[in-house]
Amino acid sequence: MNIYVVMKRTFDTEEKVEINDGIIDEEGAEFVINPYDEYAIEEAIVLKEAHGGEITVVTVGNEDAEKELRTALAMGADQAVLLDTEDLDGEIDHYTISEMLSAFFQDKEYDIILGGNVAVDDGAGQVAPRLAEKLEINQLTTITKLDIDGESAYIERDVEGDVEIVEANLPLLVTCQQGLNEPRYPSLPGIMKAKKKPLETLDLDDLDLDEDDLEAKTRTVDRFLPPEKDAGKRLEGEPHEQVQELMSLLKNEAKVI
Amino acid sequence: MDFELTREQRMIRDMVRDFAETEVAPIADEVDRNDRFPKETFEKMGSLGLLGLPISEKYGGAGADTISYALAVEEIGKACGGTGLSYAASVSLGAGPLANFGTEKQKETFLVPIAKGDTLGSFGLTEPNAGSDAGGTKTTAVLKGDRYVINGEKCWITNASYAQAVTITAVNGQKKNGKNIISAFIVPTDSPGFKITSPYEKMGVRGSNTTELVLNDVEVPKENILGDPDKGFGQFLHTLDGGRISIGALAVGIAEAAYQKALAYANERKQFGENIGKFQAIQFKLADMAMEIDLARTSVHKAAWLKDQNRPFKKEAAYAKLFSSEMATRVCNQALQIHGGYGYMREFGIERMLRDTKLMEIGEGTSEIQRMVIAREIGCF
Ligand SMILES: Cc1cc2nc3c(=O)[nH]c(=O)nc-3n(C[C@H](O)[C@H](O)[C@H](O)COP(=O)(O)OP(=O)(O)OC[C@H]3O[C@@H](n4cnc5c(N)ncnc54)[C@H](O)[C@@H]3O)c2cc1C
Repeated sequence: MNIYVVMKRTFDTEEKVEINDGIIDEEGAEFVINPYDEYAIEEAIVLKEAHGGEITVVTVGNEDAEKELRTALAMGADQAVLLDTEDLDGEIDHYTISEMLSAFFQDKEYDIILGGNVAVDDGAGQVAPRLAEKLEINQLTTITKLDIDGESAYIERDVEGDVEIVEANLPLLVTCQQGLNEPRYPSLPGIMKAKKKPLETLDLDDLDLDEDDLEAKTRTVDRFLPPEKDAGKRLEGEPHEQVQELMSLLKNEAKVI
Repeated sequence: MDFELTREQRMIRDMVRDFAETEVAPIADEVDRNDRFPKETFEKMGSLGLLGLPISEKYGGAGADTISYALAVEEIGKACGGTGLSYAASVSLGAGPLANFGTEKQKETFLVPIAKGDTLGSFGLTEPNAGSDAGGTKTTAVLKGDRYVINGEKCWITNASYAQAVTITAVNGQKKNGKNIISAFIVPTDSPGFKITSPYEKMGVRGSNTTELVLNDVEVPKENILGDPDKGFGQFLHTLDGGRISIGALAVGIAEAAYQKALAYANERKQFGENIGKFQAIQFKLADMAMEIDLARTSVHKAAWLKDQNRPFKKEAAYAKLFSSEMATRVCNQALQIHGGYGYMREFGIERMLRDTKLMEIGEGTSEIQRMVIAREIGCF
């Protein structure tokens, strides 16, 4: 089975993130594999364990992403590919990234491509669906269960808290949702072996792309952190007094009713 | 000069941090309270390859360097001092001498299972009347035919209840000048006459298994002697030097955990209408803590780096162990002070860190012994 994972390196949103003049301070940030993409990597490994085959992890980014690619290799992927954005001067958005990915996949044979449901940094969930559209293959997002039998896949999807059961044919692109699996830790022998596994870097020339083809379709105007929450207000007194006060606060202060 | 960790070192640190935060930290309090050795944690560590981290791939390890090992111990220690101690003791004291001095056969039989995480490593040096003065060892090993017969008693030996074999030091002869020759013997824990109990009530590192060993006519095959029978104990001092790096790393981990808690608390605890972190007296404590932790970590990494370069590291290992362990006691003590009465309560976890870290000034050579080592190294005679 030819298994591909599209992965993003993001800053760790559980750590402190600082923004200066609309730009995220990369010096202070911790970087990780996008947590949803970890589900994708884990599922790829599970598929390989069940059906055999080869796992290739692909990312679009710069050389800093090599650490996350190596981590994916340490978890159990067989090879990694970095689609290097070094030649791109302008802004990079979901369009740019999905164009680069689809250029990469043009001459590839794949049975399944797995990605994360969304990236935790921008939460857009655009790249994988765009890629499936470009490649003109089936796609199913937010999956929580995956069984493959021959050419067909049995899938459960999370639809706003309910479950939808779908069958689809390969080749297929899926995006992975929490609940699909429990990503493994890369083992130590895995980490040591990862450095010997192939990691290929492809630039725009290799992908037969021109900078002009990749111009972002969106422009980031500003970035800012959510405003600090004020300390809450505790209502005192008997329940009926509290209700009275809450009513008046909602009316007069918050002006929501 | 390059202070950057390699990509591999960062990957190992991140993996162990992740593991420690999810698997070790949540049970640290329970393990301490119940004096319970968390066997399940060590099984998981074994399957991730952590128990063989710096051991060569040839013997079932991962073949990572000493810096990676120090990073791993720090991360485990940050989550739980007792777990960290048993981890460091298995790798440094248990596996270390086997890796350095074992014959091919000894490595196959005794090192491989430790590296793979099937059993823990354990090293028995200390006796009721021979602590810092290891030369005072009373345990004896007498060659009878093709077997050594061992008699004696060891105290406070880490991990022996969970070990397939303990490496034990014993007197097996006299030099011409009348001094004892002390050698090390690999003693399987299921040998007849070998009794292992865990009778101690410890102040800290309560998750670590600490045992008393009684050896009553315990017989081991002649080939279970470790290292050169004529070279005596001196050859093992090298092992202790390596172990000191890991105790330094463990102290740094515990201190880091206490400091992080203290910093967070200082920024949220209000007295006199302000966060206590606004008061200079508290700020200066935190500034000292942050600085000392960084210096200690740097000393640990330097000693580890020297070891990885195959350069002498005895003095630097002693620096790292001595400074880090005393630093960690100071830091945990100040972290408790910053927490005030809450810090004195079990619930906040700081008092455990203070109890745990105190051991770092005692085990694997007390602070006084470290100063003696350093004094000798710098040329005091
Ligand atoms: C939890 C725990 C785990 C342990 N695990 C192990 C283990 O796995 N294997 C093992 O072999 N041992 C282990 N030990 C033993 C430990 O290594 C010893 O406790 C330590 O070496 C000190 O020996 P001692 O306790 O006999 O103290 P002593 O040597 O009696 O020292 C008492 C005091 O005198 C000081 N002192 C001694 N000699 C001198 C001197 N010449 N000059 C100045 N001061 C001196 C010491 O620094 C100390 O302050 C463990 C101990 C504990 C508590």
